[in-house]
Amino acid sequence: MEQDTGMFTVHQTIGTVLCCKCGILMQPNAANMCANCLRSEVDITEGLQKHVIIIHCPECDTYLQPPRTWIRAQLESKELLTFCVKRLKNLNKVRLVHAEFIWTEPHSKRIKVKLRVQKEVLNGAILEQAYTVEYVVQDQMCESCSRVQANPDQWVAAVQLRQHVSHRRTFFYLEQLILKHDAAKHAIRITQMEHGIDFFFNNRSHGVKFVEFVGKVAPINSRHDKQLVSHDSKSNNYNYKYTFSVEISPICREDLICLPPKVSNGLGNLGPLVICSKVSNSIALLDPLNLRQSYLDGDQYFRTSFKSLLTSRQLVEYIVLDIEPISEVVIGGSKYVSADAQVARVSDFGKNDTIFNIRTHLGHLLNPGDYALGYDLHGANANDIELDKYRGLIIPEVILVKKSYEEKRQKKRGKPRAWKLKSLNMEVDNNAVKGRDNEEKMNSEYEQFMRDLEENPDLRFNLSLYRNKEYQPSEMASVTDGEDVPNVPLDELLADLDLSDVEVEDGDGDDMRE
Amino acid sequence: MATRLQYENNSEIGVFSKLTNAYCLVAIGGSENFYSTFEAELADVIPVVKTSIAGTRIIGRLCAELQHLRNSLPDSVVVQRIDERLSALGNCISCNDHVALTHPDLDRETEEMIADVLGVEVFRQTIAGNILVGSFCAFSNRGGLVHPHTSVEDLDELSTLLQVPLVAGTVNRGSEVIAAGLTVNDWTAFCGSDTTATELSVIESVFKIREAQPSALVDEMRKSLIDTYV
Repeated sequence: MEQDTGMFTVHQTIGTVLCCKCGILMQPNAANMCANCLRSEVDITEGLQKHVIIIHCPECDTYLQPPRTWIRAQLESKELLTFCVKRLKNLNKVRLVHAEFIWTEPHSKRIKVKLRVQKEVLNGAILEQAYTVEYVVQDQMCESCSRVQANPDQWVAAVQLRQHVSHRRTFFYLEQLILKHDAAKHAIRITQMEHGIDFFFNNRSHGVKFVEFVGKVAPINSRHDKQLVSHDSKSNNYNYKYTFSVEISPICREDLICLPPKVSNGLGNLGPLVICSKVSNSIALLDPLNLRQSYLDGDQYFRTSFKSLLTSRQLVEYIVLDIEPISEVVIGGSKYVSADAQVARVSDFGKNDTIFNIRTHLGHLLNPGDYALGYDLHGANANDIELDKYRGLIIPEVILVKKSYEEKRQKKRGKPRAWKLKSLNMEVDNNAVKGRDNEEKMNSEYEQFMRDLEENPDLRFNLSLYRNKEYQPSEMASVTDGEDVPNVPLDELLADLDLSDVEVEDGDGDDMRE
Repeated sequence: MATRLQYENNSEIGVFSKLTNAYCLVAIGGSENFYSTFEAELADVIPVVKTSIAGTRIIGRLCAELQHLRNSLPDSVVVQRIDERLSALGNCISCNDHVALTHPDLDRETEEMIADVLGVEVFRQTIAGNILVGSFCAFSNRGGLVHPHTSVEDLDELSTLLQVPLVAGTVNRGSEVIAAGLTVNDWTAFCGSDTTATELSVIESVFKIREAQPSALVDEMRKSLIDTYV
C-alpha cells in the first residue's frame, strides 16, 4: 500500500495497555483483557459435550453411527477420531482446530480425545481453548452379530438347488459361475446336499436375487414357499422363513436324448435322437445325423420334462478305423463336419471283428486311429417310453459324442495342472451319503470336470481360472510330438490375488482345488 | 478520588452526565441515587444541575458546553447553541481549558464557534483511526485517557497537541469507549461501576486525582505564587 500510493505514512507501533482485570502489560485486544483473565472470565467449552456414550460391537469391532450404521475402526485410528468428533453435539458453535487421542488402557472402555476449539468472545476477541472429551464405550452387539450369536442357523431365506442326476458335474460348473459373479456373497451358509446344494441367506431379497442369477445360467424351474415364524398382529409384523426350491433340468451336456414326438414336432421334426451340445439358460440340442441344432429354454423344457436316454457315464470308447468327410456346417459359432466313419469298440479290439459303419458329426476332429467316446445303442438296453413311441425309427448303432484323449492322458497322470479353480466354502450335510466311495466318486467327477474345461474353450469361456504357482512346466511335455492333450493357454489364466489377512477377515476362506 | 457509580443499572455514566471544573450536568432519572452521588462529591464546590437536552437524557453525548442551563450555571459559563449536522457534539468534541479535539468532518463555522466560545485551540483529529474523538478519549488539564488501540506514535502526537500526559487504557472492564464510561475534571472523576481496580488506578494516576482536591489545587497555586514572591 505504502509503495502504491507513494504517500508517507507514520509507522504505527502497537502500544500496550494494562489488562483490565489483573493489570499486567499486554497488547490491546478486543476485550482488553489478557488471555488468562479472558479464560477465567468465559468458558467457550460451556455447552459442549464432555462425556459421550458410544456403542461398540465387541464381536466385529465396529462402532454404532446412529441411527443404524456400524463403522469399523481400530483404536487410535483416524477413522475412530473422525467418528468420535462427529458424535459431539454443538461443535458447530465453535471452530475445531485440533483433535488427538489421549492414550487410555484398552480394557478401561474409555476413549479420551483432546480437542482444541476457537470461538469469538466479548466483542470480537478469539479465544482458543483445549478440553478433553471422555467417551464411554458401551458394548452392545450389532444386529448381525447378535443374530449369529443367538443361533447361527437363523436364516430367513433358503435356496435349495437340486438336479436329479447321478453326477455333480453341473454343480461343479455352477460353483465356478457363482464364484466368478460373486453371486453367493450374501449367503450365510452353503451346504452340500445329495443331488444339490442349499444356500442360506438372512434376507429374502438376497435369496430372490440368487434364484434370478441361477435362472440366467441354467434352465430352472422354481417355486417358493413361506412359513410363518412369528407375528405381532397389533403392529402388523409378520416374520416368515422363505424357501426357494430350484430344480435344474436333468439334461446335461453330452447326454443322448430321445425327444418326445410333441417336442420333436415343435422343433421342426428334429431328431428324435439328439445330443445336448450345450446347457446355459437354454438347452442346445444337436441332431448328429443331419447337423441341425435347436434350443429349448427352461420354460419349454419343463412343459414336457423329458429325460435323457443315455448319459455321459454310459459313454463307450471306440477306435476310429476310417473316416470320410461329407459336408461342413457351422452351427452356433462352432464348426461341425458330417462324416461317414468306421469304428470299433476298444473293448472288442483284438477280440472280434465287430465294426460299425456310422454317420458322425465329429468329422473335423477325428482321424483314423483316434479314440472317440460314443453311445453304444447297438448294445444298450434302452428302456425308454419315448423311444417306443416312434415306430419304424432306425436307430443308429453308435452315436459318437466326443474325441477321447484318454490314451494321451495316461502319460500325464499325476502331474499337476498349470491352473486351478477356486471353490465355495461348503459344508457337507451329515445326512448326505458319506464315506470313502462317495469321496472317491466326487474326486473322479471333479477330475472329469477339469478335463472338460481343458477340452472345451466354450465351457471355460465365462469362468475364472487361476494360475497355479507351484506348477513348473516339465521338459517332457514340451518335447511331445504332434497333437497333444488340449490344455488351457497360459494367457487365459488369472493371477490369484492373495490377500491373506483380508481372507481371514472376510471369512470366505475360498480354498483352492487343483 | 475517582468514584464508581451507575445510572439506572447502566455503567455508561459518561452518557448521562457532564462534568467540568465549573459545573456538573446530570440527567433526570427515575432514582435520585445517581444525582446524589454527584451531589455528595461536588455540592460544596460546584453546582450540580439536573437537566435534559432536546428532551433526552443523554446529555453527556449532546453537549460540549447550552440554553435553559444559562440560568442554573454560574455567570462565567457561556452557553451557545450550535447549528450543526453532527448534533451529538459530545461525541465529536473533546476539550479541556486550552485545547479541543474535534471530529474531522465538523463544519468550519462550528470549528470557529468552538474556538470563540471556549477560547481554545481546535485540532481536527482521529484517535486510533476513530473519528468520534469525543467518545474515545477523555482528558482534563492534568492528563488524559485514550482508546486502548492507540499506537505509540499517535499517543506522542496527541500528547504534544494537548500538552498533557496521555495513556491508552480502558474503562468498564475493558470497554474502549472511554468517554462513555468516564467523566472527569481536574480534581475528580466518575466512572462506571464495572470499572476494575486496575482501570481505576490507571485513571487516578493519569488524571492525578489522588492528590488533587479543590483545596490542594489552591494550595499548589498559592505555593507557586509564594514561590514567585520569594
